[in-house]
Amino acid sequence: MMIGQEIKRGIIDENPILVLALGLCPSLAVSTSVQNGFGMGMAATFVLTCSNVIISLLRKVIPDKVRIPCFIVIIAMFVTIVQLVLKAYLPALDKQLGIFVPLIVVNCIILGRAEAYASRNNVFKSLIDGLVMGVGFTFALCILSVIREILGSNKLLGFKFVPGFQPMTVFILAPGGFFTIAFVMGVVRYIGNRKRGVRR
Amino acid sequence: MTNEQQPTKEPTNESPMAADGVKIETFQLTASPHLRQPESVSHIMMWVVIALLPSLAAGVVFFGPQALLLTVVSVLAAIVTEWAIVKFLKKSAAIGDFSAVVTGVLVAFNVSSTLPWWMAAIGSAFAIGVAKMTFGGLGANFINPALAGRAFLMAAYPSAMTRFSPTTFGSLSGIDGISSATPLAQFKAAMADGSFQALDFQDALSNLFLGNVGGCLGETSALALLAGGILLLYKRIIPLRIPLVYIGTVFLLSWIFNGTGAHFTSSAIIIPFYHILAGGLFLGAFFMATDMVTSPITPAGKIVFAAGCGVLTFLIRKFGGYPEGVSYSILLMNLFVPLIERSTRPKMYGKVKNRD
Repeated sequence: MMIGQEIKRGIIDENPILVLALGLCPSLAVSTSVQNGFGMGMAATFVLTCSNVIISLLRKVIPDKVRIPCFIVIIAMFVTIVQLVLKAYLPALDKQLGIFVPLIVVNCIILGRAEAYASRNNVFKSLIDGLVMGVGFTFALCILSVIREILGSNKLLGFKFVPGFQPMTVFILAPGGFFTIAFVMGVVRYIGNRKRGVRR
Repeated sequence: MTNEQQPTKEPTNESPMAADGVKIETFQLTASPHLRQPESVSHIMMWVVIALLPSLAAGVVFFGPQALLLTVVSVLAAIVTEWAIVKFLKKSAAIGDFSAVVTGVLVAFNVSSTLPWWMAAIGSAFAIGVAKMTFGGLGANFINPALAGRAFLMAAYPSAMTRFSPTTFGSLSGIDGISSATPLAQFKAAMADGSFQALDFQDALSNLFLGNVGGCLGETSALALLAGGILLLYKRIIPLRIPLVYIGTVFLLSWIFNGTGAHFTSSAIIIPFYHILAGGLFLGAFFMATDMVTSPITPAGKIVFAAGCGVLTFLIRKFGGYPEGVSYSILLMNLFVPLIERSTRPKMYGKVKNRD
């Protein structure tokens, strides 16, 4: 298994947001600023990696019929850890992310990877898969939030970006999130198609 | 001549064969249509631009040269955006069909004359780039591009979009204390705090008709819009039923629910006239609800569509947070067009209803 190939798979070929279109709800909600986007990405990466490992370890023990509740319980445990850590050490970020930290429990990406990958592959492979998918999620969130923060509040990482430009409020609202995701998805598909030599 | 109907090898008696002795071997068969009109997309769009000119002139008269600058910038932004997208996607779509010009003018008509020029350019670029070209260009967009541009600007720059300037001839005569509020905002405020005086608004009607009132760049003069609308009706570019039903619905509803408790007093008669003349109703009814791409094709569908626009406009004006609801009502009804068309499909000639 090539690590480089795996990373490329997570970030580009099977990017959770931009290609698989999973986890759009938290992406829309938290990608209003780079700080939020990155924090959310890191939290989800931690949960994804840990839950992938545990689910992969337990994949022979978990009965097939009740696998989804079992996955949810495992994921919820790690989400609780993240939540407590955030509350203790990064209270500002916790306040910004709000309800979307507990909602990581039902994030499609994490459940999707558990169902599609971790419950069928060995521990090491699942660990790598969790990591690269988490990196892909964080990467996509960062792209979205850079665009939205610049256009929506004329700032980057909290600093003023272009003096004199009046920011477009719509980009930090939901419609702007949809526009941004749609356009980034379109660009990713366009580049992917061109690389593969697909002609429309 | 019966050339089209009889694709026979043998020439008929009336064929020109006998005249000069040249034997005609075959008849040509071509696919329909056989009757052609000089009308084309660019032809229609050019007439729409011409019909919009009186309103542009009115805008320049009432708001100064800033109105002309905004319109030119908006049109240029629309054309450049369409050209860039067509080039980038290597589409064969013709750029010279004037539809981008119409969109650009309409975006400018839908903004306040005090808007910074680059905001108008952004609105125009959004209208073409997002509302029109991403769905496949002219004929494939599901909402009116110009109104989408306006809605985007309303969401992006709400304060700049609602900052209206008084006209160059001063504010509404007969009403104290309004310099920048639009007539509809003024009306709504007067109805809300009970200070409504029919006489004040009666004096305002002629100003509303001529256009000497604050508001969006192109919506001021009902007279100029009416002139353009009648031109388009005469050229048969827009159907009569959409503007008629749209304006009629607003008129009826604002007369029935006029809020004064009576229906035949002078104020009860003035209110519906005020409603149809103020705001962007004429602009919307003649130029945007009639957009060929985003309004129903079926005759009955057009009536349903226009009535829906009228009801929504009235509801937004009466109960909504905005003083004006024309743009949102048309956008909302645009989304219903596929449903309306499906349910108002005309009966085919001779078709019998299925009995099962």
